[in-house]
Amino acid sequence: MTAKRLLVMSGKGGTGKTTVMASLAALADEPILADCDVDAPDLHLLLDPEVRESHEYLGLQLATIDDLLCTKCGSCHQVCRYDAISEDIILDETSCEGCTACSIVCPEGAITMVDRVAGDVFVSSTRFGPMAHAKLRAGEEASGKLVMEVRSCSDRLAWEHGSEHILIDGPPGIGCPAISALSGVDAVLVVAEPTLSGRQGMSRAVELAHHFDVPAMAVVNRAELNPEEATVIEEWCRDQGVEVFDRLPYDTAATDAMMARRTVVEHDDGPLAQGLRRLWVQIQDVLDVRYD
Amino acid sequence: MRLAVASGKGGTGKTTVALGLAIVAGEVTLVDCDVEEPDDHLFLGGKGDLVEEVTIPVARVDEDRCTHCGECARACVFGAIAVVKDQVIVIDDMCHGCGVCGLVCPEDAIHEERRRIGEVTLQERNGLHLYTGFLDIGQPLATPLITRLKTLVPGNGLQILDSPPGTACPVVETIKNTDHCLLVTEPTPFGLFDLTMAVDMIRELGVPFSVVVNRDREGYAALDRYLAKEGVPVHMRIPDSMEIAKLYSRGLHFVETMPEWRERFSRLLDELTGGGAR
Repeated sequence: MTAKRLLVMSGKGGTGKTTVMASLAALADEPILADCDVDAPDLHLLLDPEVRESHEYLGLQLATIDDLLCTKCGSCHQVCRYDAISEDIILDETSCEGCTACSIVCPEGAITMVDRVAGDVFVSSTRFGPMAHAKLRAGEEASGKLVMEVRSCSDRLAWEHGSEHILIDGPPGIGCPAISALSGVDAVLVVAEPTLSGRQGMSRAVELAHHFDVPAMAVVNRAELNPEEATVIEEWCRDQGVEVFDRLPYDTAATDAMMARRTVVEHDDGPLAQGLRRLWVQIQDVLDVRYD
Repeated sequence: MRLAVASGKGGTGKTTVALGLAIVAGEVTLVDCDVEEPDDHLFLGGKGDLVEEVTIPVARVDEDRCTHCGECARACVFGAIAVVKDQVIVIDDMCHGCGVCGLVCPEDAIHEERRRIGEVTLQERNGLHLYTGFLDIGQPLATPLITRLKTLVPGNGLQILDSPPGTACPVVETIKNTDHCLLVTEPTPFGLFDLTMAVDMIRELGVPFSVVVNRDREGYAALDRYLAKEGVPVHMRIPDSMEIAKLYSRGLHFVETMPEWRERFSRLLDELTGGGAR
């Protein structure tokens, strides 16, 4: 049996992805966990992972210019599409994409490509199950590739452990990291916030999932903030064929549990905890039965 | 003067702070660089008028000339070209338009087309000029759209750049070459952890920065301890308020309805610009 992969995403950031995902991790039966928000990873703050293995992740290479060989002919400056080499042949490391064009055209052989460590990948154990996660180093490129790395670690863990579910905490947005997180998952759960921005972020996330033929499910979080907006979001979702689950209430337990470094369902049995328990039952019903 | 508003963690209130400053500034250019999830325009209404459809180059193979030698596929560091026996496949979404395949092709069999990745729009209200980048659904490359967006914005006067969340390349592209960056955070473990990553990134870039604490509440001293230890100045604290959150949910900004906050944002802008940039 292959494990079902569920990606929790939101489009707009800060809608409660990690809070929801961590409670699902606590409720699921021996799941594999993955944090694909590699440039703002927060899941570890609630799950307190104990790192079992780690490795450095090499991103795209970086051009380096040997000043002794360089004649400042300007060929590299002209060929670079990313404005990473100035007219006076100074390299801007943050702009270099590692494409190698400069090293190909340099008549003096003065440019070599060197590896750069773009992040670290971890395989850890948590009280709910094994977890794959990563941390992008400051300002590095290629976060999409690092997300792929976390995804393949979590697939391997699921295979080793014979797990039924891989629960993936996704990045915000719809670009490269979100697309990498989305590839090959069985379903997406979009956590939406009942605000004008939240509606737009949710709709872009749903459209992205559908663009790649992944079924989307949705839940409105902190519904009391604007119940009318929550209704608008839910109706839009149903029109798009998105499965809509019972709303999650505004509850200070979300913040209180975070302060205590626990998941909400471990922290108390208040309205949000009960909503999350119901949500996991509803998700399984769709994911394990209908999408089987 | 160019002022960036960034955060690390998503949803901490970047848009709230960027818009608040822009609304009180009078004549100002606001640039929404969060091209994956732009939302400043929601507070102005509408999407704005099209300024430009943004395109990037994509490799195309001239099958009449191609000998399927495979040099292009070997040279492409993005894995965007595959050569099978008698066919070359370019995976458009993975092509970064770097031009390397054309450089290495011995048959001169590669040319480029332009491929749309998104668009830039402009709208105006009471002296606030808002430029927004919208990344198309399914397009992975946010950074070239941000680069183009920044070059389309007129260079004079006060500019406020609303950054994407995180610390990866789109954020670096937004913040570099700005004069100051405000990092918006919240007093929670998530807010603090992501702030530490953002501070590491911004120190690498060498852009001066300070912090705005949003949804401020008692009970999490670790944030203030970190800020004090690192010597990071706090420029403003916005309380955790249901009233502010409810206004935001409807696309309304509290500086427009609460005069004391208009005053405070005005003062913040003066502090940041030395009062001279407006």
